[in-house]
Amino acid sequence: MANVVCLRCRECKREFPVEPGNVCDFCFGPLEVVYDYSAIKKIISREKIEAGPFNLWRYQDLLPVDAANAIDINAGFTPLIRSKGLAEYLGLKELYIKNDSVNPSYSFKDRVVAVASTKAIEFGFDTLACASTGNLACSVAAHAARAGVKSFVFIPHDLEKEKVVGAAVYGPTLIAVRGSYDDVNRVCSEVADQHHWAFVNINMRPFYSEGSKTLGYEVVEQLGWRIPDHAVVPAASGSLFVKIWKGLHELNQLDLAGDVKTKMHLVQAEGCSPIVQAYQSGVTHVKPTKPNTVAKSLGIGNPADGFYSLQVMKNSKGSAVSAPEDEIAEGMKLLAQTEGIFTETAGGVVISGLRKLVRDGRIKPDDCTVVYITGNGYKTHQVVEDVVNPIEIAPSIDAFEEALATRVGV
Amino acid sequence: MKKVKFTFPTDLIKEPLIYLLSQKFKLITNIRRADVRPDVGWVVLEIEGTDEEIELGLDWIGSQGVRVDPVGGDIIEG
Ligand SMILES: Cc1ncc(COP(=O)(O)O)c(C=O)c1O
Ligand SMILES: [Zn+2]
Repeated sequence: MANVVCLRCRECKREFPVEPGNVCDFCFGPLEVVYDYSAIKKIISREKIEAGPFNLWRYQDLLPVDAANAIDINAGFTPLIRSKGLAEYLGLKELYIKNDSVNPSYSFKDRVVAVASTKAIEFGFDTLACASTGNLACSVAAHAARAGVKSFVFIPHDLEKEKVVGAAVYGPTLIAVRGSYDDVNRVCSEVADQHHWAFVNINMRPFYSEGSKTLGYEVVEQLGWRIPDHAVVPAASGSLFVKIWKGLHELNQLDLAGDVKTKMHLVQAEGCSPIVQAYQSGVTHVKPTKPNTVAKSLGIGNPADGFYSLQVMKNSKGSAVSAPEDEIAEGMKLLAQTEGIFTETAGGVVISGLRKLVRDGRIKPDDCTVVYITGNGYKTHQVVEDVVNPIEIAPSIDAFEEALATRVGV
Repeated sequence: MKKVKFTFPTDLIKEPLIYLLSQKFKLITNIRRADVRPDVGWVVLEIEGTDEEIELGLDWIGSQGVRVDPVGGDIIEG
């Protein structure tokens, strides 16, 4: 916390005090936290991090909050798994799966909300808020419960029941907005202007987004402080993608890891792929689109970090690919059936994207590759319901043996 | 007062829509940042006026084919 200098506009570079707010007063560009890295360098070490708690607060020196008062539901430090079945299927020798679907509220959003909610309480807010299609809603409601403060969660009125329950159970005030996706956005931006609440991804955004850096740190630490050759990351706003890259560079700058040679690959679902389309047409700006994808958690049509994501791809010699809509469920099944990991649609998008990157020769068999699985399959199980095809039998061993012979072919 | 982002499709880039917005409605527009290319353009601006006038103005410019978004991108997250 003492390591934070100010907020700075990413566009005009003007500096601002550390206060709630996400855009520069002058040019309306996005604000970003600025750290004093020379001060951090004096107090941080691999040993200190390794001796820290088994959650994202082990990286507290690199987060813009006072971790002593953290709103802590134990987000982060999720498993990094060396792939066997999927690696073999794809012909890769060194593939790792960062399984962030096992966070406390079952998505990587716990990382960003842990930081945003801690900062909100530090600032003295008594209400957390967000607009979400599911994952963020769950995480905000859970952190508010832990902090003992109120929460307002805005959702589209036609959101699937499973997701609504996952947020509602923590006791937020749920507001279901009757209208299109754009209507929900518009209403929430107005609510954020009117009420003195901590909207985690609006007026807390500079702090919120820093939480995603820990997905860069953790992978490097879990690889034995090695920087991977490739990272394959799902994107909605593009913030996670940009912050993983930032995290890798911070480790290098602090002498905690070697040169960053990671090629950053961004994946979106075809039905909402404004960043991928910009990459493919070689332009530096993203054309907003209307989301129409089964991967609802990645459905952002006007991504705030689209431009910065394109820069990261360019600087890292990475790329962007989209997953055809009909391959998303397939990707979920492939991961489940080769690795025993049940991910939501966003993970299906990543697996489909990985397959394309390997097929196109962008990822070579010997490369050290990390794929980020950011959400849990139980949140979107209806997408793969067709796997349910049990062999129904009478309650007798004969019926079982007959079924075995005729239906399973054993 | 409202901060918004307008995105113009190719066929509207040459139209003086921001000028017309301030002529047709009681609104003051103040452009903060912009990027206009041959194929697409965006403008980030502040609009001053009463809430009703702002809403009417934004509805009008939307009906002309301009996309209107909150500054900082979509707010609804996964
Ligand atoms: C499961 C999951 N993965 C990835 C993302 C992408 O995050 P970002 O908006 O930072 O690109 C989201 C949410 O938006 C998500 O819910
Ligand atoms: Zn600025």
